[in-house]
Amino acid sequence: MLRYIATRLAAAVVMAVLASLVIFLISALVPGDPVLAQLGDIAASDPATVLEWRAKWGLDLPLWERYGIFLNGLAHGDLGISIATRRPVLEDIAQYAPATLELATVSFLLAIGVGIPLGIAAAVWRDSWVDSAARIVSLLGVSSPTFWLAFIMLAIFYGWLGWAPGPGRIDPIAFPPEGPTGLFLIDAALAGDWEGWHDAAAHLVLPAVVLAAATIGLITRTTRAAMLDSLGQDYVRVARAKGLRAQVIVLRHALPNALVPVVTLGGLAYANLLAGAVMTETVFSWPGLGRYTFRSAAALDFPAIIGITMVVSATYLLVNLAVDLSYAALDPRVRR
Amino acid sequence: MDMAQPEHVTAASTQPVLEVEDLRTVFLTDDGAVRAVDGVSFTVGPGETLGIVGESGSGKSVTALSLMRLLEEPARIIGGSVRFQGRDVLAMRPDELRGWRGDRAAMVFQDPMTGLNPVLRILRQVTEHMVSHGRQSPATARVRAVELLRRMGIAAPERAAASFPHQFSGGMRQRVMLAIGVANDPVLLIADEPTTALDVTIQAQILDLLRSLNEEFGTAIVLISHDLGVIGTVCRRVAVMYAGEIVEEAATEAVLTDPRHPYAWALVNAVPRLDSPAGARLTSIEGAPPNALDPPPGCRFAPRCPFKIARCDTDHPPLMEVAPGRRARCWVTADGRRLPAPPIPAQAAPRSAAPEERPLLEAEGLVKHFAVGRDGFFGASRIVHAVNGVDLRLRRGEALGIVGESGCGKSTLARLVTRLHEPTAGRIRFEGQDITHASPAEMRPLRPRMGMVFQDPYASLNPRMTVADALAEPLLAHRRAATRAEARERVLKLMATVGLKPEWASRFPHEFSGGQRQRISIARSLALQPDLVVADEPVSALDVNVQAQVLNLMLELRERLGLSYLFIAHDLAVVRAFCDRVAVMYLGRIVEQGPALDIFAQPLHPYTVALTSAVPEAGRERVILGGEPPSTLSLPTGCAFRGRCPVARPACEVPPPLAEIAPGRLVACHFPGSFSRPGHLS
Ligand code: SF4
Ligand code: SF4
Repeated sequence: MLRYIATRLAAAVVMAVLASLVIFLISALVPGDPVLAQLGDIAASDPATVLEWRAKWGLDLPLWERYGIFLNGLAHGDLGISIATRRPVLEDIAQYAPATLELATVSFLLAIGVGIPLGIAAAVWRDSWVDSAARIVSLLGVSSPTFWLAFIMLAIFYGWLGWAPGPGRIDPIAFPPEGPTGLFLIDAALAGDWEGWHDAAAHLVLPAVVLAAATIGLITRTTRAAMLDSLGQDYVRVARAKGLRAQVIVLRHALPNALVPVVTLGGLAYANLLAGAVMTETVFSWPGLGRYTFRSAAALDFPAIIGITMVVSATYLLVNLAVDLSYAALDPRVRR
Repeated sequence: MDMAQPEHVTAASTQPVLEVEDLRTVFLTDDGAVRAVDGVSFTVGPGETLGIVGESGSGKSVTALSLMRLLEEPARIIGGSVRFQGRDVLAMRPDELRGWRGDRAAMVFQDPMTGLNPVLRILRQVTEHMVSHGRQSPATARVRAVELLRRMGIAAPERAAASFPHQFSGGMRQRVMLAIGVANDPVLLIADEPTTALDVTIQAQILDLLRSLNEEFGTAIVLISHDLGVIGTVCRRVAVMYAGEIVEEAATEAVLTDPRHPYAWALVNAVPRLDSPAGARLTSIEGAPPNALDPPPGCRFAPRCPFKIARCDTDHPPLMEVAPGRRARCWVTADGRRLPAPPIPAQAAPRSAAPEERPLLEAEGLVKHFAVGRDGFFGASRIVHAVNGVDLRLRRGEALGIVGESGCGKSTLARLVTRLHEPTAGRIRFEGQDITHASPAEMRPLRPRMGMVFQDPYASLNPRMTVADALAEPLLAHRRAATRAEARERVLKLMATVGLKPEWASRFPHEFSGGQRQRISIARSLALQPDLVVADEPVSALDVNVQAQVLNLMLELRERLGLSYLFIAHDLAVVRAFCDRVAVMYLGRIVEQGPALDIFAQPLHPYTVALTSAVPEAGRERVILGGEPPSTLSLPTGCAFRGRCPVARPACEVPPPLAEIAPGRLVACHFPGSFSRPGHLS
C-alpha cells in the first residue's frame, strides 16, 4: 500500500512538472505581452524602459533558460515573484488560498451532506414525491448559471429579506480572526471568539450554497443511480430474505456498494470547487484564489499563473490519490 | 412472532409447515396482467421435501418468491393463501414478516456469486440475522457462525469467516449461503436453483448437504429446479409446473418412471440419461408455452400435447387424483391410465467413421498459457495454465466430445483448434495443413470450413441485424453468393434446414426464443458448408425440451451433411447422447479418452468415475468427490488429480502419461480402474 502511494505521488510530481511546461509554452505563444499590461502605454513606448524592464524580469532570456530557472526555484520551494504584486508568488497564494479552501470545503460538505441522503432517499422511494423533489433540486442545481444564482441569492437574502450578511468573508468593520490556519471558522474557534465565528459562518452561507448548487445536483443524481443499481442486486434480496430491517438493508448492504461512483465524482467535484470558484468569489468579494487567478490572468502575470497552475494540479492529484485510497477502503476486492 | 408461538408449539409437530391454497401472482404490465402463478396449491409437512420443477417462465421461481413475499414490482399476489404453521403469511404486517423471514423460513438463491455482499465480511453476513432476530448474542453468534461454516464443509472456517466473498469459489459461496439460510434453525428452507451455477461435482456436494440438513435437523425443504434429476436426489415429492399451474404432483420416483401428465412425460423423456440406450433420439415437443397474458381456455398444454383429445381444447382440467397420493391435471390420465413410453426412435445410423489416413483435425502437445494481471504493482505477473499439453485427432464425420468442469480448459481448447487463440506451444493441423501459427490472412480461406456455435446465441448475434442479414453476411463476405438475391435464396434454404419458418427472415434476434436463436446460430455456422463444427456448450443455456430439439437437430444435420463435431459440454449425458468419442479434461489435460458408451459404462480414471457418478439421476449411488479443482495459476506436481483422488498413492507423485490400456481407451492414471463407483451401471 505504501509503495502504491509512493508511486502515485511520484507520478503526481511528474504530472505537475509537465503541466508547468505546458503553461510555460503557452505563455511564450500567447499574443499578449506583459510589458504593455504592466508598464502602460506611455512607458511602453520608450524602448529603453522596456528593455530594462524585460531584463529585470528575465524576459530577455531564452524560453528554455527561463524554464530552467523556474524548475530550479520549484525544487527549492520557490515559485518566483509576481510581476503584478512584486511579492513572492508563494506568499500571495498562501494569503489567498485559505479563503478558497474554507469556502470550497464548506460547499463540499454541504454538497455531500445534502446530495448523498437525498440521492439515497430518491432511490429508496423511487417514483415517490421524494424522488420528484430530488429530481427538481438536482435539475435546478445543475442548470442554474452560477453568477445568476449568486445575484439572485444576494438580492433575496441580503438585499430584500436581510437575513444574510453582505459580500466578504466577515463584517467589514470587524477584525478578522487571527490564527495559524487562515481558515476563519477554525481560527475563531481556536481563539474562543464565538462572535467572530458566527460572523464568518454567516458570511459563508450564501457563497457556499451558490458554489455547492451544481455539485449537489450531480451528487444527488449519481447517488440515486448507484443506489438503484445496488438495491437491485441479489445480495439485497438475500438481505431481505434474512428479515433484516429496512435501514440496515439500505445503509449497511446497499450504500457501501453504491459509494464508489459517488466517491469518484466527489473527488472531482472537490477539486473543481477549489479551482473553479472565480465567479462566486467575484460576486461575493471573496478574497480567494479564484479572484487572484482572475487578476493575474488579466495582468498576464505569468509567474503567478504558473504558480497557481502548480497548486491546482497538485490539488487535483492529491484529491485523486485520496479517491483511489478510498476505493481500497470501500471495496475489499481492490485491496491487495 | 414470539407472541404467536405458544398456540402453535403443541400443534407444530403434526401441523403442516406450509399450506398453499390457490396462490395467484401476476406481473402488472402495460399489456395487462401476466398470470405467472395461477392457482397453485400444495402442502409441505414438517421435515418434508418438495421439489418444484418446470422450464423457465413456468412460474416456479415466482412461486418461491411469493411464499416468502419477496416479490418486487411489478409482481403482485392477487389471490389465495399461504399459511406457515397455521399463520397467514399474506396477512402479516411488515414487522411480523421481517421477524419471520430469515428466522422460521429461509431462502437460498441461485447465484452464489452475486448473493453475497462483496464489501462485508463473511462473518458479518452469517451472524447479522442471528443477532437481529434475537437468537444469539453477537459473541455466541460468532461461535455458531464458525460452527455452521464447518458443518457446511468449509475448510478453515475461522479464516473463512474473516474473509470477503471474492476470495471464494462459487461452490464455497453456496455453502456460505446455506450457512446463512440455516443459521436460525428454520423450519422451512426454500432453495431456488441452488446448484444451477455450479459444476457437477460441486453440485453433488451441495445437494448432499441439503439432504443431510433435512435428515439431521428435520428442516422442511422446498427445492426449485429445472432439473428433475437434481430434485430426485433431494426431494421425496415433486410438483411439476407448466404455464403457472401445477400439472402433476406425486412422489419424485413415480414421476420419473411413470409420469401421468403429458408435459411431465415430455420433461422426463427430453433429458438424455447416462443409461439410456445408445443412439436414441430425445423426445421433444414442438411449440412454446402459451402466452401468460391470455392462456388458452382449455388445457394450457393442449397446443403442444401429443395425447390431446377433443375436450382438451375447451375444458380446463382440474388437478385430479389419478392414483393414491398423486394428482395430475389431464383429461386423458384422469381415469388412472398410464402414458405410453415414448416411441423408440429408429436407431440412428451406426456412428462409426471410416478409418482414414488423414484426420480432419489433429493437435499435438497443445499448450496455452495466459498472462493475467500482476500481483500488485511490482509483483510478478501471474499465468493461467489453461491448456497443458493436449493431443487430439478428429476423423471426418466423427463427433468428439470434450467434458470437464469449468476451468478445465475445454473452451480454451475449442478456441485453439479454431485458431481464435494462438497456442503457446504444440501443433495444430487441419486436413494436414499446419495452422499452428497461421496468420489471420492465412486462416481466412479455412474459416468457412470451420463453423462455431456458442453457448449464448444472443451474445453472438448482432441485435441490429435481421436474421436474413446475419445469415447472408458470411455468404457474401466469402463470395459464396454473388448477389443479394442469390444469398437470400440460400438463406431461406438454410433456415428451412434448421427448422425456422421462412417468414421469420426479417425478424431481429430479440424476437426469438432461446432455442430459436440457437437454431439461428447453428444455421449461421452451417452457412458456408463447413466440414467441422465446433460447438461450445451449445445447449447448456436452454430448457430441457428446447435442448432436446436443438440436439436432435444437430444429430440430424450430422447424418445428413456428414459433419464432424468437436462438442464441448459439461453435461455428461448430453455428450454421451451426441458423441462417438469423449475426452475428459482436468486442469488443462486429457485424463481419459475413449468411445462414449464405454467411458460412461465403465470409466477407468478416478476423476471420470467421480464425474459420472455425480450426475444427479434418481436411484443412483454416488461418490461425492471432496474439494475443488486446484488453481490454474500454479499447477500441482505429479498427477494433477492427486489432491482430490480417493485412491492416490505415493507413486502418483510421478505424472502419469495418457496411455492406451485397451483398444481405443486412453487413461492418464497409474492405477486405472482401481476406483469404481458403488453399484455402477453396466
Ligand atoms: S388434458 Fe389433454 S391436452 Fe391437456 S395434457 Fe391432458 S391430454 Fe394433453
Ligand atoms: S495417477 Fe494416482 S492420483 Fe492420479 S488419478 Fe491415478 S490414482 Fe489418482
